[in-house]
Amino acid sequence: MGYLLESLGTALGMIIHLNGEVLGAVGVSLATSLTATVFSTVWGVPLGAAVGVGTFPGRRIILTLLNTLMALPTVVVGLLLFGLFSRQGPLGGLGLLFTPWAMIAGQTVLATPIIANYTLSAVTGADPRILPTALTLGAGRLRGTWQLLLEVRFGVMAAIVAGFGRVIAEVGVAMMLGGNIRGYTRTMTTAIALETSKGEFAFGLALGMVLLSVALMINLFLNLMQQR
Amino acid sequence: MLRHFVITTLLVLLAMPAFAIEHLRLATTTSTENSGLLAELLPPFEKANDCHIDVIAVGTGKALKLGETGDVDVVLVHARSKEDKFVAAGYGVDRRDVMYNDFVILGPKSDPAGIKGLKDAVAAMTRIALTQATFVSRGDDSGTNTRELQLWKAAGIKAEGDWYLEAGRGMGEVLTMADERRGYTLSDRGTYLAYRDKIDLGVMVEGDKRLFNPYGVIMVNPARHPHVKVKLARKFMDFLTSDTGRKLITGYRRGGEQLFYVAD
Repeated sequence: MGYLLESLGTALGMIIHLNGEVLGAVGVSLATSLTATVFSTVWGVPLGAAVGVGTFPGRRIILTLLNTLMALPTVVVGLLLFGLFSRQGPLGGLGLLFTPWAMIAGQTVLATPIIANYTLSAVTGADPRILPTALTLGAGRLRGTWQLLLEVRFGVMAAIVAGFGRVIAEVGVAMMLGGNIRGYTRTMTTAIALETSKGEFAFGLALGMVLLSVALMINLFLNLMQQR
Repeated sequence: MLRHFVITTLLVLLAMPAFAIEHLRLATTTSTENSGLLAELLPPFEKANDCHIDVIAVGTGKALKLGETGDVDVVLVHARSKEDKFVAAGYGVDRRDVMYNDFVILGPKSDPAGIKGLKDAVAAMTRIALTQATFVSRGDDSGTNTRELQLWKAAGIKAEGDWYLEAGRGMGEVLTMADERRGYTLSDRGTYLAYRDKIDLGVMVEGDKRLFNPYGVIMVNPARHPHVKVKLARKFMDFLTSDTGRKLITGYRRGGEQLFYVAD
């Protein structure tokens, strides 16, 4: 028990003194995860809404695919994109492997199905009269869907948060595609993995606490938004 | 169905004592594991002594930490300065030399720093830093990382900047990264030979005595951690330094090359 308490003390000390290493990792984590979440939102929300309200051939297949992709193991995404970005791969010329951009690409692949799926659930769970009403009032299909999304905006918000939650907490993609380079692609999760492998338990714990606090703050912020 | 399940479970439970052979926990470096040496070295000892050696392959720093906390019985590592500190602090006893191999400075065939064929490792590192050619560091507190930092120190250089990438990962991953980023790196020869066909890096500098890499085996101090399996640990250390063990070590080949040598 003493060992744990001692580590906890050291960890708190690091956080209070805003240890540069910790801050750097937090910065990289937030930057990559937020960028990836923005990208995923840009095509995940329309995709989810389209599958939700649309009736087009192949809709069922897309539905099944989205549900399958929800359970996509991060290492598989990491592996596929590694092959794509590697010097021997088709996109090797871009030299993206082991840069933040490779991480963002991987995280976008992870978050998109989640955001699309949750949006889909929100849309299908909405009052079925919203869309017909909007159409009757003279809105086009696109405008009507937009109105519908506005009605279920909390659901969409939850979708975006879930996507963000997945990418900020994962370690596989960040490690495989980013490579854990200090001050460049080292995130909170890869730093925890590294410090643990070095036997620096306290430092890992400090990072773990920061990771939790970040998640807490984001959720508090969203709760406030929802009460308005 | 249920009856089958119950019977199977009972049979498994009954067979349990048969699996209860003694386990010796060995913390070692990724280089001994990655090179395939342990797969060659351990089975004969396990058979002869009816035991199982649980290998925990981590960097030297972490291996010694596991020894400090008493989570393992024996450590097999390569960072003499750290090993001596470990023994002096009373964490380990009975350190013995086991074998040695060497480090090589690897780099891309284009050799932007122009160090190929240099005989002096420190001069080579100096040139890499001056030309700001990409260098990938293990940055994980391993034996290799410790050696790299000693070389920078000898060159009087503080390695930092955009050209210096601290990966914080194992040797294999760092070789891949150095290959992808077209950079230089310091590697143990064993891991390099294991990866040679997969990467485009070549040996730039070798043979400097500062690239010499001795391995030592240390028993975790039983006075500090009473649960250490002293008898089995001592047997294992005797085996490593015996004629049988030495023959296995020097006889191990990878890609037609001998990886480890024993001190005479």
